[in-house]
Amino acid sequence: MTLDRIRLGYVPLTDAAPVLIAREMGFAAEEGLDLDLSRIGAWAQSRDLLGAGMIDAAHMLVPLPVAQAVGLGPDLPAMDLVMVLSQGGQAVAISQTIAGRMRVDGHPFDFADARAAGAALRRVVRGPLRVGVPFRFSTQAELMFHWLEGCGFAVPEIRVVTVPPPMMADAIAAGDVDAFCVGEPWCSFAVERGVATLLLPGRAIWAAPPEKGLVLRRDFTEARPDLTGRLMRAIWRAGRWLDEPENRGTAADILSRPEYLNLPPELAERGLRGRLMISAAGEVREDPDFIAFHRNGATFPWKSLAALFAARMIRDHGLPAAPAMQAAMDCFRTDLHREHLRPAGAALPDADIRTEGALPASRPVTAERGQVILRADAFFDGRIFDPPSST
Amino acid sequence: MQKRLSIVLVDPDEHRAAPIVEGLRELGDHDIHVITEARDLPARIAAHRADIVLIDLANPSRDVLEELALASGPLDRPVAMFVTHSDEELTRAAIEAGVSAYVVDGLRADRVKPVLDAAIARFRMFQRMRTELLATRAALEERKVIDRAKAILMRARGIEEEAAYALLRKTAMDQGKRIGDIAQQIVMAAGLLI
Repeated sequence: MTLDRIRLGYVPLTDAAPVLIAREMGFAAEEGLDLDLSRIGAWAQSRDLLGAGMIDAAHMLVPLPVAQAVGLGPDLPAMDLVMVLSQGGQAVAISQTIAGRMRVDGHPFDFADARAAGAALRRVVRGPLRVGVPFRFSTQAELMFHWLEGCGFAVPEIRVVTVPPPMMADAIAAGDVDAFCVGEPWCSFAVERGVATLLLPGRAIWAAPPEKGLVLRRDFTEARPDLTGRLMRAIWRAGRWLDEPENRGTAADILSRPEYLNLPPELAERGLRGRLMISAAGEVREDPDFIAFHRNGATFPWKSLAALFAARMIRDHGLPAAPAMQAAMDCFRTDLHREHLRPAGAALPDADIRTEGALPASRPVTAERGQVILRADAFFDGRIFDPPSST
Repeated sequence: MQKRLSIVLVDPDEHRAAPIVEGLRELGDHDIHVITEARDLPARIAAHRADIVLIDLANPSRDVLEELALASGPLDRPVAMFVTHSDEELTRAAIEAGVSAYVVDGLRADRVKPVLDAAIARFRMFQRMRTELLATRAALEERKVIDRAKAILMRARGIEEEAAYALLRKTAMDQGKRIGDIAQQIVMAAGLLI
């Protein structure tokens, strides 16, 4: 059987697991696909290569296609997010100086309570806080703004700056930033180097933060619906495999290979198993749901998520609200998600839009057939985001 | 007379930067600066009052420049990602050559194009050189493996070098494989057996 080649770009991070596993564990081949993976160095490069048609699909920050849709990127062909690849997987790290002051202040470093951690941080940091994030339009940036604003930092005091993930540890060691929020394995990497202490998982701020998505060009999804569907199903099954806890160790070994993350498997394993070492002293904290790829409707690209990310972009860049919101929600393709994953047996909610942050605990909701259990998605401060009602 | 342009090239690899700078100098009298250090990039670029910033498409520091491109404070020089200014063909050529450009807002396209054309040409040249270098390295590696396989055959069978090579070649032809692949198998098998 000849396989159809599809070129996919990924940035070497733990949350690239679904696309790497789709290839390595044969899920792509089962769909008749030869998944040709290219390792990518910058998010802007991923966007540009996809725009120029040099790759067919990309593992991309969830807010990046939203930024493109609202006109905050270069003039490239329209891009759509067809499924969420991961929830969580990020952590907040602070410099050793700040961690030291927080310890003196009695903070327990429970790696769980965002409100208490924020208040403790506020007590020991006077003036501006410089926070590194991997990209301006990233879930990490959204988490940091939301958390710090909710903990009493005034907006001008929050200096969020872009630092490429492999340089995060250097930046905090050199004192260029006081804190950062980045995806694994770069948090564990900084802990291992002894330059940072982990304060919170992203999930402590927002219980189900969508982190990466599968993004394709709109004209590709229209011209090649069959190929699009096969790619989505292969990756969706890889996510299902990844969410079996007993497979996470194997996944860590595969991800760590020189051609992928090129780091010791032990580092990738921390995030995948949800057992993070938060300081060089060896303190371990457990968060079994640290990163999720599949369960409880994790892959569904709610249009309300696009709206949530768009809301901050509209505010920060003074964009005309209605058309920007419309364009943002249009690029999250719940229709393609349903069409291509229904045949694989995905449990699909019967709505495309929901109130974000409304579920304090996992809860069953009406699905196309029967029910689907959705993961808790509350914000630490009880924020509710209501998207515009019509699309 | 047109104003001199301040062109900044961000590249950690000085060997690549040198020929690109040379290509840009041929365009005439512009101020060309090379930044090799990734730290504090926005401040370094601001210090040169750059009109055009050129950077490898794959350089992780591009994501830092993206932020610069969005800056809109009163003291910032607004920067546009090049692609918004250009014709599609030039954009595609740049992406394929592996170069991206950030241009100060308002700079006319006819001033940007020659700079980008020169950069694209030099980036392509460098890409070709890198491909050639990799091919040469692979060929060298393969020759070493073939030499080791020959030595193993000579010892195991008590034959001369020429006969060992002939045996390798014949086996490769019979199996429809490359001599290097057969040699690799012999070396690996010998590693297991001895």
